[in-house]
Amino acid sequence: MSREITSKNIDDKLKQKIREISGEIVQQCMQCGTCSGSCPMIEHLDYSPRLLMALLQWGQAEKVLGSNTAWICASCHVCQARCPRGVEIPRVMEAVRLLKLRANVNHIEPSNLQPEEIIDLPQIAMVSGFRKMTS
Amino acid sequence: MKIGYYPGCTLKTKARNLEESALAALKVLGVEAVELPRWNCCGAVYSLADDDLIHLIAPVRDLIRARESGHDTLLTLCSMCYNTLARANDIMKNDAEKAKTINMFMDEEPDYDGSVKVVHMLDFMRDQYGWDKLKEKVKVPLNGFKVGPYYGCTLLRPKEVALDKVDRPIIFREFMETLGAEVIDYPMATQCCGSYQVLGAPDITLKISHDIIRDALAHGAEALALTCPLCDFNLGKRQDLMIGKFDGAKDMPAFYFTQLLAVALGLPVEACHFDLNRSSALGILKQKGLIKEASAA
Ligand code: SF4
Ligand code: SF4
Repeated sequence: MSREITSKNIDDKLKQKIREISGEIVQQCMQCGTCSGSCPMIEHLDYSPRLLMALLQWGQAEKVLGSNTAWICASCHVCQARCPRGVEIPRVMEAVRLLKLRANVNHIEPSNLQPEEIIDLPQIAMVSGFRKMTS
Repeated sequence: MKIGYYPGCTLKTKARNLEESALAALKVLGVEAVELPRWNCCGAVYSLADDDLIHLIAPVRDLIRARESGHDTLLTLCSMCYNTLARANDIMKNDAEKAKTINMFMDEEPDYDGSVKVVHMLDFMRDQYGWDKLKEKVKVPLNGFKVGPYYGCTLLRPKEVALDKVDRPIIFREFMETLGAEVIDYPMATQCCGSYQVLGAPDITLKISHDIIRDALAHGAEALALTCPLCDFNLGKRQDLMIGKFDGAKDMPAFYFTQLLAVALGLPVEACHFDLNRSSALGILKQKGLIKEASAA
């Protein structure tokens, strides 16, 4: 798969924004792919965690923010547990989510959820889901 | 033995089978679990943003309630509450700058320094109660019952709050062995069930939860032991959706670990609230002769 990177779509502030929110330095990632090999969501992601790290390193804001990766991530922390470079990837995922949520864009709309979908959900599912996916 | 106890929201409603079985068991074990006064929801997930301290206020308030009540240790049963409270505590203990900001913000509360130890029922049993002592109390050993303990994420990750070795935990195995069960290890025992993505990506969550059950079945488990109401929803309650959708999907009885503890201690079946489990749970216990038919009605 080819991925176009041109100087036109590089956002050099992206790394800095991620660092301010998460405290993580994306350049520390050495692209080993351990995170992607561990991620339970891997089959369902537009970009694997490794590729997301690369896109962040390259300032590809549009691609990163337009992908489903951070929205499918379940914050399971297995990638962080295994990353040989000590990158706390779930924090990076949270920062990507917050870039959108802090612009007041919800990823899920609580009022659109049907009563029959949520009636049986445990409270912790609602609290955590809304914490992660609404502003 | 007396210990502070934080229940959390779900245990008072949807997961009463987790709380009530645990409290009944602790009583028999001679442990007085004292519920915190005026506790509030911990927030269920720990905030992963460095610049977001506001979401630490809720769990820290609970920790202050524990301190005020004179408890050195705070017991949790739900693994999400455990994770959120333990990580908040870790920050208050080890990050002086953030702790100062939080204490200043909560100026109506006494300052808090992270001096309460947050434990989960599993490490409480291992480290403070002791497997040997627990074994002596077992009246109905779960002999011949092949149970697959499911750890999930939040008891083991991140390492700052891990109850055991992150990639090779044995604590749940030890617990189930103490109760006499035949413990089944399976590789996916520490893989995420999808967690809160049941809201954002319900189909994907169903699929990865089903993968875990299939793995446990393939390794010979007859039932799963769980510690978290969200895992119970994804791996237990949603089995109805898996059966029929995935090839080979079968009913897999799912229990809270505290229900199996209560059964092994010989407590009456009412203490376990099996009405909140799928019917296969009670079914397999009867089939294994671990509970009496008469009292199960
Ligand atoms: S495991 Fe760490 S170093 Fe390896 S690709 Fe993932 S983030 Fe980069
Ligand atoms: S925390 Fe997110 S990205 Fe990391 S392994 Fe889990 S689901 Fe994948």
